[in-house]
Amino acid sequence: MKLPTRAHVVLNNPQFLMTPVLQVNNLQVTYYTEGGRVRALDGVNLELDSGEKMGLVGESGSGKSTMALAMMRMIKSPGRIDGGRVVVDGVDITALSENDMREARLSRISYIPQGAMNSINPVLRIGAQMKDAMQAHAKHFSSTEIQHRIDEALVSVDLRPTVARMYPHELSGGMKQRVCIAIGILLKPKVIIADEPTSALDVVTQRQVMQTLDTVQAQLGCAIILIGHDMGLMAQFVDKVAVMYTGRLMELSPVSEMFAKPLHPYAQALINSLPDLKKRGVFHGIPGLAPALLRLPPGCSFHPRCPIAQDSCKQIVPAFEEKLPGRFVACHFVEKA
Amino acid sequence: MAPILELRNVSKTYSRGLISRASTTALDNLSLTLDASTPTIMTVAGESGSGKTTLAMLLLGFLEPSSGQIFYYGKDITKLDASDRTSFRRDVQAVFQDPFAVFNPFYPVDHLLTVPIQKFKLANTAAKTRSLMEEALNGVGLRAEDVLGRFPHQLSGGQRQRINVARALLLKPKVIVADEPVSMVDASLRATILESLRKLNREFGISILYITHDLTTAFHVANSIIVLYRGQVMEAGDIDTVIKNPQHPYTRLLIDSIPWPDLSRKWGDSEIKAREAEAGELLTGCKFYGRCPFAMEKCKQPPPLFRLSEHQAASCYIHDQHERISTDKLTELLPT
Repeated sequence: MKLPTRAHVVLNNPQFLMTPVLQVNNLQVTYYTEGGRVRALDGVNLELDSGEKMGLVGESGSGKSTMALAMMRMIKSPGRIDGGRVVVDGVDITALSENDMREARLSRISYIPQGAMNSINPVLRIGAQMKDAMQAHAKHFSSTEIQHRIDEALVSVDLRPTVARMYPHELSGGMKQRVCIAIGILLKPKVIIADEPTSALDVVTQRQVMQTLDTVQAQLGCAIILIGHDMGLMAQFVDKVAVMYTGRLMELSPVSEMFAKPLHPYAQALINSLPDLKKRGVFHGIPGLAPALLRLPPGCSFHPRCPIAQDSCKQIVPAFEEKLPGRFVACHFVEKA
Repeated sequence: MAPILELRNVSKTYSRGLISRASTTALDNLSLTLDASTPTIMTVAGESGSGKTTLAMLLLGFLEPSSGQIFYYGKDITKLDASDRTSFRRDVQAVFQDPFAVFNPFYPVDHLLTVPIQKFKLANTAAKTRSLMEEALNGVGLRAEDVLGRFPHQLSGGQRQRINVARALLLKPKVIVADEPVSMVDASLRATILESLRKLNREFGISILYITHDLTTAFHVANSIIVLYRGQVMEAGDIDTVIKNPQHPYTRLLIDSIPWPDLSRKWGDSEIKAREAEAGELLTGCKFYGRCPFAMEKCKQPPPLFRLSEHQAASCYIHDQHERISTDKLTELLPT
């Protein structure tokens, strides 16, 4: 792959080789709609080491999927990445040319979109579609290598290689979802983004798919971002959780600390709304609704629903800072240790 | 008085086209009674393809059973006359899975509420219509001025689903069949919808059949549970007993696979045996045979229900030291 100069600088500088596999710095995405400008991502910062699994949670419309699309550089008009960098394995992908970006997709960073299993072409055999994906994103493979990779990918998601000769209708939902994971790992990416990979599946199949993702991640040693709104799934799967609200990160904490003692009031409300086996029949919904991004309240965007909001919250946007070791929070009322 | 809804040995088979003899049994010999005098919340749980939605469609009268009968106040629902049919349509209401698909995007959401008022002639003046709508919306915790006059795309999924519940409530039904009402709603909004369903049960005396694959929410709202697998009852009984102390290998697998939001309760190490669709299925005998870790020779004969306690029974030979209970008596197992 021919690298642009900026990426060369990054790669040749040893201090960058020690850096995390994924770095997102001050990422901004704006949609230019008829109603005005909508900030769908407002200065998102995060880092991920290889082998780490991060969960990205939030209500619908909080910007989770925009985040995934921005990291893949797949934001479509009227949306645009307005600023910030996404560095994957030492390469700033926001600076790549279109051609290089296409090669980076699937080989550096791959994306398993929401409802991916419905995106499989019903009239092509699974193997043909996997071959397509490889040829589109990497041109240097011979056909024996392609066949070898396809078999390897199917085996690692616990499917038989003969599945390559089958049509999508011959597979169950869980098997189709595993085929999508197999496509995602064909070129051994460094980062995998999985957007609600199990939202349409029942619990048993969900567990199979998540366990498959787990083994695949261990084999490749890649980092995974799991997008979803099911905190239960996060507790079972990820190492750290990022909570998103109106395009901003509210809290990023290791999963054990997030569940034991969430710091941000929104994270607290989310954890409280979870059904609990011990307290049968007790529900705590989160009062109010998420604001429309077009009419975002000034200051902290959560203040209209926040139980501890003060006047300062209505004026000053809280910074997303490391308040305790490894825990980043955007709230005026969380004390720095 | 006859119970409001009664299923008597109901089976539903789908055949695959005109020539093929192969067919799928979606629901196999189910008998169940819902009595209006003791309003309850009953969960029907199972994975995709277990026959949950077929059961909902049968109860709503959208499908006719292949064998057996369904009775509404003692009358066969396939042979109701016009006035009985109208009252059946009113008494048995539905809340469906997808809060997006049920709205017509060209009408304000009021349309969903005004149509049933007109159809069932509940109001003769505009003021009365408005007050009925407000009352129903208040019943599910929405304010009329927040939602009426808006278009579906202006409301959140949770609000839309609560309007669906309000529509069902408007008709003062006896039974609500809720088919996966929260599976497409954000986890943070599920609580409010479940809370309104429970309120309908307690305050308005409406029985609710809660169809789901999500046992955590079922545990919080329901009194009793029936676990289905490929159309057969695997386990049934009191929800607290069944969830905390599951006895059928399939129920155990289901409960073991719930992603509990609890770090001390990780997914079990128990391997999920055989992949769906790859597991062989017996034509007779236990449907779970291919995936069951305890499968024995005698499982090739269909297992009866064994009654483990007053409010729990499992259809599995590992409990054959217990007394058998006829499938017709399923309702006895379910506390109200």
